[in-house]
Amino acid sequence: MSDLAWMEAALTAARPQAIGALLRYFRDLDLAEEAYQDACLRALRAWPHNGPPRDAAAWLIMVGRNAALDQVRRRSRQEPLPEEETLSDLDDVETPLAERLDGAHYRDDVLRLLFICCHPDLPATQQIALALRIVSGLSVSEIARAFVVSEAAMEQRITRAKAKVAKANVPFEAPGPVERAERLAAVSAMIYLVFNEGYTAGGAERVDREALCVEAIRLARLLLRLFSAEPEIMGLLALMLLHHARVASRYDAAGEIVLLEDQDRGAWDQRMIGEGLALIDKAIRHRRRGPYQVKAAIAALHARAKTPAETDWGEIDALYAALELLEPSPIVTLNRAVAVSKVRGPQAALAMVEPLGERLAGYFYFFGLKGALLKQLGRTAEARAAYDQAIALAATPAQAAHIRAHLDHLAADAASAS
Amino acid sequence: MLYAFLCYNDEDAVFSWSQAQDAAVMAALDAVHKPLEKAGRFGPAVRLMPTTAATTLRKDSDPPLVLDGPYAETKEQLLGFYVIDCDDLEAALTVAKDLAKANPGGAYEVRPLRLFLPGSFAKEALPPGAAASGKAVSGEAAAE
Repeated sequence: MSDLAWMEAALTAARPQAIGALLRYFRDLDLAEEAYQDACLRALRAWPHNGPPRDAAAWLIMVGRNAALDQVRRRSRQEPLPEEETLSDLDDVETPLAERLDGAHYRDDVLRLLFICCHPDLPATQQIALALRIVSGLSVSEIARAFVVSEAAMEQRITRAKAKVAKANVPFEAPGPVERAERLAAVSAMIYLVFNEGYTAGGAERVDREALCVEAIRLARLLLRLFSAEPEIMGLLALMLLHHARVASRYDAAGEIVLLEDQDRGAWDQRMIGEGLALIDKAIRHRRRGPYQVKAAIAALHARAKTPAETDWGEIDALYAALELLEPSPIVTLNRAVAVSKVRGPQAALAMVEPLGERLAGYFYFFGLKGALLKQLGRTAEARAAYDQAIALAATPAQAAHIRAHLDHLAADAASAS
Repeated sequence: MLYAFLCYNDEDAVFSWSQAQDAAVMAALDAVHKPLEKAGRFGPAVRLMPTTAATTLRKDSDPPLVLDGPYAETKEQLLGFYVIDCDDLEAALTVAKDLAKANPGGAYEVRPLRLFLPGSFAKEALPPGAAASGKAVSGEAAAE
């Protein structure tokens, strides 16, 4: 690996910690980002000569802080009013010691930085964009590409989100245990959003968006290193690893979805599956069941089955039943119905699905599954109607293409029968 | 004499490598492994999962305490190891320097072995990622 590539990786890795600490000093996101950028520029100049520092994050924090303080001092000479209130701790500015990173501070710095992106007033897409920009350090053009919008539009979206966040007054004191747990839950949800944004993409966007899955996994690993005894974070990381392990087999050459049962299991990434299974083992020992752990356990049962026929659908049914209690939602019930159809047949599954019609009237997968169950039961006309509704709701060309294949299949069956 | 090469690096950085970067490091390391393999000096080599997958059993209490995470919280983490046959410390450090050129950052702790049990794994029983062939094992070798 070249020096430059190595430094890039080191800077990316140090970014959340460095910006998190700079944010604690300056209490201003823009100032913290500027300070970090400044420190990175200096690192690119200094590191090739002096060799990389042992602790890249501490180096960046110290250099970034000094650079930003210089700037603030210069500005204050030009402007009539000093901006002292923008600084939290001017007193220890002259402290000659390099920043000694206190483990607890570091944890809360990174958590705060992630939490800022989870502001409840921000719609999901803005939370994701903000996290990718601030925490992951993706460029605006990279994020714009992932969301398939223009760079200008994304720039504006991020600027607006930042303005909203700046007004939100996230407290900078170390959070108490209850608040910390709440932040962890919000941040976990945001990381899972980032992952799903990448995971649900199809077609040409897929390659650009895959980076979002990788990034979400990286963020979850970071979070778990900071909060190493949290079974739900283990579950979240395991869940994403087990899903992402299948990425190479989820779409065919034409960009169409390949269903789980038709996927080439040999193409699944065994290294990711191994890590996911190891994390579930760890999480279970805590005996504190949570939705991410249950979802990960379901994904693990799929990952463990060498062929679709070996899938333990009975256990998957039981896990979805557990999930219905933890996190009741018609979508969970819909997923459970898939397992039920394998264990108790399409009639039982259809009975479970039909009452969901009203709440899932706009949901692609509802009509997809309903169509499939009706087709299995030989109720062809009703199956066709359900598939038609699914196509109308398809969010990606790949989804639509997948349903169209089922309709063609039905038409072919009808033609050969007549 | 057999030496262990304990591979330390900042795992945040290593696990931030792109697939292409990871593959480039692996290829560069492989070029160092190959001549050692040919000379019959290359022993087991291991690349570890991140420390988030680790569990630690503290045996200084009864019953032992089981904790999540690695034994030591350090700036650099133990991410893998090699066992390589070297004539003396100088030869071992030469290998370490070659490895370091292929994979900068972090440190190798070079430590002579006191006991070596080669183990009883049949090839089929090798862990995921190492199962394909003997060669795959060296390909998997401690990139850190």
